[in-house]
Amino acid sequence: MERTIAGKTIAVNEEGYMTDFSQWDEKVGEALAAEANLTLTPRHWEVLKYLQTEHKNQVALSIRRVGKSGVVDIKEFYALFPNAPLKTATKVAGIPKPASCI
Amino acid sequence: MKNLVILGAGTAGTMMANHLHHELKKPDWQITIIDEREEHHYQPGYLFLPFDIYEPEDIIKTIEEFIPKDVTLLKQRIERIVPTANKIQLSNGNEIDYDVLIIATGAKIAPEEIEGMKGEQWQKSVFDFYTFEGSLALRNKLREWDGGRIVVHITEMPIKCPVAPLEFAFLADSYFKNKNMRERVDITYVTPMSGAFTKPKATEALEHLLQEKNINIEGDFAIEHVDNETKKIVDYGGREIPFDILVTVPTNKGDDLMERSGMGDDLNYVPTHKATLQSKEYQNVFVIGDASNIPASKAGSVAHFEAEILTENILRYVKGQPLKEEFDGHANCFIETGGGKALLIDFNYTHEPVEGTFPFPGIGPLRLLKESRMNHMGKLAFRWVYWHMLLKGTHIPFVSATMSEKGKVYS
Repeated sequence: MERTIAGKTIAVNEEGYMTDFSQWDEKVGEALAAEANLTLTPRHWEVLKYLQTEHKNQVALSIRRVGKSGVVDIKEFYALFPNAPLKTATKVAGIPKPASCI
Repeated sequence: MKNLVILGAGTAGTMMANHLHHELKKPDWQITIIDEREEHHYQPGYLFLPFDIYEPEDIIKTIEEFIPKDVTLLKQRIERIVPTANKIQLSNGNEIDYDVLIIATGAKIAPEEIEGMKGEQWQKSVFDFYTFEGSLALRNKLREWDGGRIVVHITEMPIKCPVAPLEFAFLADSYFKNKNMRERVDITYVTPMSGAFTKPKATEALEHLLQEKNINIEGDFAIEHVDNETKKIVDYGGREIPFDILVTVPTNKGDDLMERSGMGDDLNYVPTHKATLQSKEYQNVFVIGDASNIPASKAGSVAHFEAEILTENILRYVKGQPLKEEFDGHANCFIETGGGKALLIDFNYTHEPVEGTFPFPGIGPLRLLKESRMNHMGKLAFRWVYWHMLLKGTHIPFVSATMSEKGKVYS
């Protein structure tokens, strides 16, 4: 399905995650963050860029991995993206929701 | 003579010994299996022990009785694998060379990963049921407990048998009903996932069952520590859940041997090609069961399906033929739902569990993703199948290693 984010037509899935990362830009990121009631600070951007790089390198993301990344610890990750940080942060970053392992 | 060495004589390693001894024979091949333990445990039985459904003797046998006579069983602790030299170093100082290595060292709980989990309340009010000792301690506690708040909790994924904690919650509901004390017990299911299971369709069915049984669900809970004094679990966001009994599934990790050998990822699982089961780093090393990092369930049924495909791939490897990229992540699990009923799910890497019939399309007799008594009989019968067919590598009739899409309802 498609929706309009920051004036652009963007492909998303039923849960609102972007399905085509090439459509993402910082304006889109800011709009998605606003929908999650977040105002992005430089620390948010560092974490978002890290997640995007990991995704590009096909690394399976988990809270544990983010916590050990050296970019942010789990406590701060929660402070930046409250409640379900990995789900919120990946949505804002324009990358797929991490598949929890089976 | 060439050497094939299997590390670990649990479900997966034992099955490989039984498959391969028919194929790789003396004088060309010597098969050796190494495990320091004496006993083989039927791990699915740990779920039933706390509720007095099984007794310890139902789930424990010796390792020896399942290892074929022409396979050498070494009961030694393994110090290190040296994959660059094709060698195994034992703790007694001996070394064993291999031509082909199969890693089947499994996964185990690591409660020390979470602050306070293995604290002063460990096995007093904080329990696991993924070890024999934990499960037995929990049985003794439940026998004398007269009610309160019981919290069933998953620390982080992946875990062995991802449906086991749900089954525990369902069986607890039944158990307390039978003891006429259900109204004095509050059951809460706490998970780091958003819902009851990892796959959407099954989650829907399972959450319906949780509601029906009056079990609360708390999702998206990433535990930070266990507070032993106030008896609460606390997550990174500051959310607190109080308990009188905490039944937790701690972090699961591969064997420490992988860390000592520099062969594991951050949870000590061995990077493995998900369709061939060959190690990603060493061509003559193969990985089966819970020890690998493949995105399939960590379950005996998965190891069973893997074993059929891995046997063929090892024979191809020793003949210098290309490996078959055949493993599809097939898993097949009974889910006890209490009250003498069970669900059955069948899925793989790409297809989530759906409704339908199994193993015969349109006939069954087992129903997929629906509660039935027949499914429960299947689960109980499975213990017999495990000891008498599965470990011996006997093919289970009508159930193929790769998943069948027949008789299933895909929308």
